[in-house]
Amino acid sequence: MQQPMIVSNHSEGIYEIRWHGRGGQGAVTAAKIVAYAAFLDGYPGVTSAPFFGAERRGVPITAVTRLSHKPIYVISQVETPDALVILDQTLLKYADTLSGLKMNGWVIVNSSQCLAELDLPTNVKVATADATLICKELGLISSGIPVVNTALIGAFARATQVVSLESLKRAIKEKLPDSISETNMAAFIKTFQTTKVFTR
Amino acid sequence: MATQNNRESIKLLDGNHAAAEAAKLCRVQVIAAYPITPQTPLTESLSEFIESGELNAEYIAVESEHSALAVCASASMVGARVFTATSAHGLAYMHEMLHWTAGARLPVVMACVNRALGAPWNILNDQQDSLSQRDTGWIQLYARNNQEIVDSIIQAYKIAERILIPTMVCFDGYLLSHTEMPVELPSQEDVDSFLPSYRPHTVLDPANPKNYNLVTLADPRMNANGVFCHGYMELRYLLQESLQNATSVITEVGQEFAELFGRDYARLIWEDNLEDADIAIIAMGSLAMEARVAAGLLRREGYKAGVLGLRVFRPFPKNAVVKALKKNRLAVVFDKSISYGNEGIVCSEIKSALYGHDVNTIVLNYIVGLGGRDVKAREIVDAVKKSVHYLRSGIPISEQPEWICYI
Repeated sequence: MQQPMIVSNHSEGIYEIRWHGRGGQGAVTAAKIVAYAAFLDGYPGVTSAPFFGAERRGVPITAVTRLSHKPIYVISQVETPDALVILDQTLLKYADTLSGLKMNGWVIVNSSQCLAELDLPTNVKVATADATLICKELGLISSGIPVVNTALIGAFARATQVVSLESLKRAIKEKLPDSISETNMAAFIKTFQTTKVFTR
Repeated sequence: MATQNNRESIKLLDGNHAAAEAAKLCRVQVIAAYPITPQTPLTESLSEFIESGELNAEYIAVESEHSALAVCASASMVGARVFTATSAHGLAYMHEMLHWTAGARLPVVMACVNRALGAPWNILNDQQDSLSQRDTGWIQLYARNNQEIVDSIIQAYKIAERILIPTMVCFDGYLLSHTEMPVELPSQEDVDSFLPSYRPHTVLDPANPKNYNLVTLADPRMNANGVFCHGYMELRYLLQESLQNATSVITEVGQEFAELFGRDYARLIWEDNLEDADIAIIAMGSLAMEARVAAGLLRREGYKAGVLGLRVFRPFPKNAVVKALKKNRLAVVFDKSISYGNEGIVCSEIKSALYGHDVNTIVLNYIVGLGGRDVKAREIVDAVKKSVHYLRSGIPISEQPEWICYI
């Protein structure tokens, strides 16, 4: 399976990350944490936004982060992301999840499966991490749902290296309440260390 | 956009939180607002400031937007600096009080988080809500990004209180209200020195009872004290006169702001690469940012395009628009609103401004982005190219706007 190409040049020079999760997993917060970390890294252009609309627990939601070495003027939706971070593997069955992903872009997915089992396009780079297991072991669970957002930020950091580890750590510490920041930091680090990267 | 030389005072803020921070910096004393999507986080944030003691203000919970503005008008009348915020149906529900607030010359400042109006229900962005309130006598400022939300609210109090006209600061729902971006927050000290405390035009004193906003009939007449007073029409003339003169006040306040804060608001419109442009792309709000991206792409393909962004919509900056468009052969207006049965609301205003100035610019109109429909730079590019094609091949320009949609 090959990704269809969308011709879009309005986001040139901007690194675009689209987060896919289900309401309650923390995709919107993840988009904000990475934006803040990039800002701490000195990127002058940084934006983050949730998918515009009503959110409910459990339904598929998206959020985006844009990073650039110049100020960002583009305000329209992300069409051709450089990286997708997928907090829930079951979202891969929807065609929309991979839509627009750049050739050789990243699919970073919360999964215990091996690369062959994931059945992803061949023209993408893949990183996997068993974030659900890591979060369960750490007790990072809210209302019965493992909150895998910070874990997946670890996988994102390991795969793309576009934002520094120091800034991500600082962002997690500052953006999350003290009561949960330590567990989230542990999930972030553990996932960073155990992420499997397939660049094909 | 936040300048990069002062990173310590820069925060990543979405538009709602940027607006709340600005209202706090202006030391508002009374807030009455009713939550409505996408404005809700703005009001929540303000009530949190009050709860935590960061803001010394009275938050008056009300049962509707009509009451919210009635409370603000009353509080403004007795001398409090007031703030409210709303969107779409909330603003429509305030309609009567919008007229009242302007008629009573009360310098209320409001954030309008632009959202589409039903039916059918829609919670997403367009500018039909605030533009439908065009004729209520309020000043309307539009922000292109979250920095401009902060800066416009701070300036709005100074403008409103100097000329006693209520001011609406409009910004796009979701596109700005829910998108985080770098924003430089001024210090409290600087805002305090920029913004003098509010002095109401009439001091209400229980020891010296007065009537206020009496029934005022057609002709001037003596009041109970034997003083000859304006009729309704003279009061309305004075409102119009103040709005006509407001352009110079808005410019002055913009200059004062620039001197203190280093961000330039001395102009009523934003001009990007218009000097040598044949084509002016005209837009308002965040769309004027996306249009910059489109103009850049067009330039690369050899089209001499620039952007005219409207910062001030009321009073309408006629002279600035005429001056900016004199050199352009083509103006393409992108409207996130429509006056049904006519054309895009911004387009009508542009055409009206050009009348009688011997400007031969061809004006084309595209209706875009209603009810949250995404407007991409490449779509603006395509529409501009299509417009140039009409011009070059002598295709008659339609009197009706074109819609960028699936029909």
